[in-house]
This record gives sequence, C-alpha cells and structure tokens, in this order.
Amino acid sequence: MAAGAASGGSARADTYKDARGWLLLPSWAVLGIFVLGPVCMMLIYSFLTKEFRGGVIWEPSLAAYDQFFFDRGLFGDEPPKLEWTYITIFWRSIWQAGAATLLSLLIGFPTAYFIATRPENVRPVWVFLITIPYWVNLLIRTVSMKFLLRDQGPLNDFLIGTGLIDSPIHIVNTNFAVQLGLFYSYLPFMVLPIYAAVERYNFSLSEAAADLYASKWTTLRRIVLPAVKPGVVAGCILVFVPSMGSFLAPDLLGGAKNFMIGSLIEEQFKGNAGNWPFGAAASMILLTMVLIILMFSARQQAKADKAGG
Amino acid sequence: MPGNKTDAIDVRNAVKRYGDFTALKRISLTIKDNEFFTLLGPSGCGKTTLLRMIAGFEDVTEGEILLFGDEIESLPPHQRPVNTVFQNYALFPHMTILDNVAFGLEMRGKSKSAARKRAGEMLELVQLSQFAARKPSQLSGGQQQRVALARALAPQPKVLLLDEPLSALDLKLRKQMQLELKHLQRETGITFIFVTHDQEEALTMSDRIAVMSAGEMQQLGTPTEIYEQPRNMFVADFIGETNLLEVSVDQVMNGRAVCHLGGGHALTCNSVDGIGAGAKVHMSVRPERLFMSDVPVEAESLKGRVAENIFVGTDISTLVDLAEGPQFIVRTSNSDRGNKRIFEPGSEIFVNMELGAGRLLMD
Repeated sequence: MAAGAASGGSARADTYKDARGWLLLPSWAVLGIFVLGPVCMMLIYSFLTKEFRGGVIWEPSLAAYDQFFFDRGLFGDEPPKLEWTYITIFWRSIWQAGAATLLSLLIGFPTAYFIATRPENVRPVWVFLITIPYWVNLLIRTVSMKFLLRDQGPLNDFLIGTGLIDSPIHIVNTNFAVQLGLFYSYLPFMVLPIYAAVERYNFSLSEAAADLYASKWTTLRRIVLPAVKPGVVAGCILVFVPSMGSFLAPDLLGGAKNFMIGSLIEEQFKGNAGNWPFGAAASMILLTMVLIILMFSARQQAKADKAGG
Repeated sequence: MPGNKTDAIDVRNAVKRYGDFTALKRISLTIKDNEFFTLLGPSGCGKTTLLRMIAGFEDVTEGEILLFGDEIESLPPHQRPVNTVFQNYALFPHMTILDNVAFGLEMRGKSKSAARKRAGEMLELVQLSQFAARKPSQLSGGQQQRVALARALAPQPKVLLLDEPLSALDLKLRKQMQLELKHLQRETGITFIFVTHDQEEALTMSDRIAVMSAGEMQQLGTPTEIYEQPRNMFVADFIGETNLLEVSVDQVMNGRAVCHLGGGHALTCNSVDGIGAGAKVHMSVRPERLFMSDVPVEAESLKGRVAENIFVGTDISTLVDLAEGPQFIVRTSNSDRGNKRIFEPGSEIFVNMELGAGRLLMD
C-alpha cells in the first residue's frame, strides 16, 4: 500500500515536472528580453568599430577597451602608456558613490530604526512620507536641489539671515553637492531594507542585552547591528550601485570638474559626437565592477549565514 | 523609610498605569533573601508587568522598589544587579552558546578569557558543555532554556527573575525542569522570582506564592496555605480543582458554620471572620476531601446519584448529582481503592465530607 502511494506521488511529481518547463516560460522570456538581451548587445557593441556619426561598423575591434586603458599619443603611434583619464573618472565615481552611501547610511539607519519602533498603525504613514519625493521626476528633484543649494538659494539665505555666515557657501559644483544629490536621490533605497530588517528584529534581544549590563550603545553595536546586517548590506548596495552609474546629479550639481562614469557613458551615446563602442566598453567595465562588488557581498553574506547556523 | 538590608525585594505601593488602564493597583510585597517566590495568576493579571518593573523594562508609575534596601526603581535595566530568564529565551542568535553565557560577564568588566572560563563552568552546571561552540538555533527548546538560565545566572545576580520560562516546553520536560530549577535555586542560594500562570507549577516549586488577579494581590502564602486556606473565591477557584457551592449560613459557633446547600442538604464547615448567621456566601471543598458510600455514614451525608466517572490516571473523578441540589465532584485516588469505593453511573449513593474540609469564603 505504502509503495503504491509512493509511486502515485512520484507520477504526479513527474506531471508537474513536464508542466514546470512551460509555466516558467514567461519568466525566462522576461529575463531574456530585458536582462540578457541588452547586456549581450552591449557586450557585442563594445567589441565593434565606431562609426563617426554615432552607431557602429560591424567589424570586430578592441579599440574601445584600448582607448579606455591605454594612451598611445595623439596619432596613436606612440608606445602605450596607462591612460589615467578614465580610471580617474572611475575612481571618482566609486569615491562619490561611496560617500553618498555612507551619508545615506548615517541618516537612513536612524530614520529606519525610528520608523520601525513606532506603533504598528503609524509605520505605513512614515514609510509613505519617506517615499513621497519618489512621485516627482528625478530630474526635477535634482534641479530643485540645485536651486536650494546655490549661492543665492534658500539655504544660504537662511544661514546668512541667522548670522551664522557672512558670505554664501559655494556648494553647487563641488563634490559635496554631488554626494548630497545622490544621497537625496537614493535615500529611500537605504531606509526601506533597513526598516524591513529592524521591523523583523526581536526587541527582546535588546532587553536581554540591557538585562546583562550592556549600555544602549553596546547593545546597538553588539546585538542590533549584527541582527539587521542583511538589511544594511542590501541598503548600501541599492544606494551604491545606482549612484555609481548616475549622471543627473553629477551633471547638474557637480559641473564639468566632477565628471562621473555615468556622464562619460551618456556622452558617448548623445548626438553625433559619441563613440558607441567606447560607451559600451565603459558600461561593461562598470557592470563588471558592480558584479564583483555584489558577488563579494553575497559571499560574505553566505559566510555569515553559515556561521549563524 | 529605609529598606531592610536582608529583604531581597521590597515592593512598596507599586502602581502601574498605561494611560487610563491600571495594570497594577498598589501592590506591596516583600521577598526574602534566598527564597523561591512565585507570582501566580491568569494572563493579564499584572504578574509579568510587576516582574518587568523589577527588571527595569517598565517604569514605575507610583511607589518604590527596593533591592536589599536600595531603591532601584529609577535605575535603567543595565544598572540593576538582577538578571532575567525570558519567556522566549532571547538568546543572541549570532553568538555561540559560550559567548551568550559570557556576554553578561564581559559587560560587567571581566576580561574575555575570564568571562569565557566562567561561562564554561556555568555550561557545566546546566550540563551543556558539549554544545559550547554551537549557535542557539542548533539547540532544542529545552537546551535553549538551560542556556538562558546559565546566561542569567553567570553574572551572579542578587535576584533572578524568571518570566514563564517553562511555558514553551512539553509536559515531561517541564516537570524535569521544575525540579532542576528548584535544585539550582538551592545550590546557588540566589533569590528566584518566578512568574507563571500554571498553578500546579507554582505549588510544586515555590517557597511562597503571591496569587494575583486584575492587578491586585489576592493572597500571599506558602503553597499549603494557598491550597488549604484560600482567602477568597478567586484563589479557591484558581488553585487546584474545587467544589464551589452557594450556601446560606444557619448558625456560626466556635469557628464552625452550619450551612444550607438547598434541596434540604446541610453541611458543617470552617467559617471565617466576618460571616454571621443569615449570610449568603460560597463554600469551597476540595474533591479529594469527599468520599462516597452506599449507606449514610454520618449525620450530614448527602444523598445523590452518580452521573459519570472520569478516569484521570492517578485518580478517578466522579460527578454526583445531589437530589434537588448542586453537582459535586468527588475525587478518589487509585491508590486508595481499598478504603474508598467507586460506584457505577446511576447508583444511588451518599457523599460524605471529611471533618473540617469545607471552608467558607469571602467573595
């Protein structure tokens, strides 16, 4: 009897197995069309030859990558030297995105903690408030930021009005303005995952720590942070990755000096001056960097999970 | 008023209000050093609130709490030399068992190695040494319970607070842990304050019990006192099984009252102060203090008919309907069958009460 039941069960499992392939088709189609397709196209384009008015010539070439990493002189006939221009832009992007992420974390963590510790019925209201700016177009938000921060803007007017400063602080067209813009653009991506993690956190662990003579600060550091770490990591990635590739905030708030990788890529596809293979190559390099960061954090997470049992 | 240095905990007129709701209504009680003290009551009676006030997790709205003579009600939890075993254990999931137990010691300023050494000894005490390197999620409920106990005992608190620590365990394990806790309390000499809604657990383990209901203390006494001499209806009903009967008092003499049960039945029982002839009150008589017979064996034997026999392992509970009167539960121990008889349902029998077993109650 038991054997019969078991074979009946496995027959049914087989039926599902057949159906499963078909049922998964839409998912595969979406992944193929929207993820794999564009990336493959980008990868192929980065290995083609540029057409001078934008577009590509279908001739394989390593010129785009060569241009990114090596300087062969104005006419391309000198021995190759390492090209610092783009690596510097890249490095600035990492640095700016990192600073924006840190800023988001410093402001976002207390915010998320605050929301998660409100009574259950008012939490959605706070979450809603945090996401309200998202109903406004990013371009408009970034331009508004510029208006707020400029020399004759409300911020400087206010600071001068209160007598704290005599002459306006130049914020626009600095690194800090870019960081502020990125921070403002992506703050909810930091707040929401941390909020989700803190909301799941078992607060009796904090009570237990206090009961065992741990101060509030020690409790936060030794008990709360390790418990909500996945949320913090997720928030950092969600802010860091789009910040890296962002071009609106650096363009509008940073000026020409504070060029980031996103702007560089944007330039390559804009108008007739562009270089599609070069833009594609820069995108691939950016994508590779991001993947390395993601894989690293995933490995760390897996290690922590394994240790956590 | 200065506190007594020898009393572990002295709660004075403690009141706890949440907005309009009063969770604790002016509770005063003194817990002696080295005592196994239990706060017993149904959920929502305020027992856990009182415990959390002693631990420092809840503010005291009014009143004082003294720990060995020192006022502690305004100290934050991490400055109170008491430790808690939480209902859900609250073990730190990212730390090993050893680090969990060592945590409190480290926070008290012990070096990491000293803390770990002592934590190892504590794990030995609760027989979990072999699990020191594991994470809490790799342990069973009973083992986690013992880790929570070791963690709370490791810093040698002046008082150990236990918030329904056994409620998540199955019956057999719970019985075993009850004994272990009792032994541990004797070995360590630390005052235990134990919160439970399980009256059997309270009776088994406690030196003294405070029975609470609706934010008030109903009775404070040893398990025997609480069981044998319940002060009011609530205590009699909540502790153990009892027959609660509405009676009218005919006559009171020398601490004994002759009462009418209705249907022409009468019984003589112990009275309490403040009850006189004519009073309509309740009487409590424990089912194990009743026995049945086929002929009346005394003047007050009550005639009735057996409705049902319920086998409960060690005992048999018999439901007896009195003629035109209330229903009685009579409990006969299985070890006592030689002396006491069990009757088939439908049998006409007499219910008899041991002398002094019945007790009048204030409402």
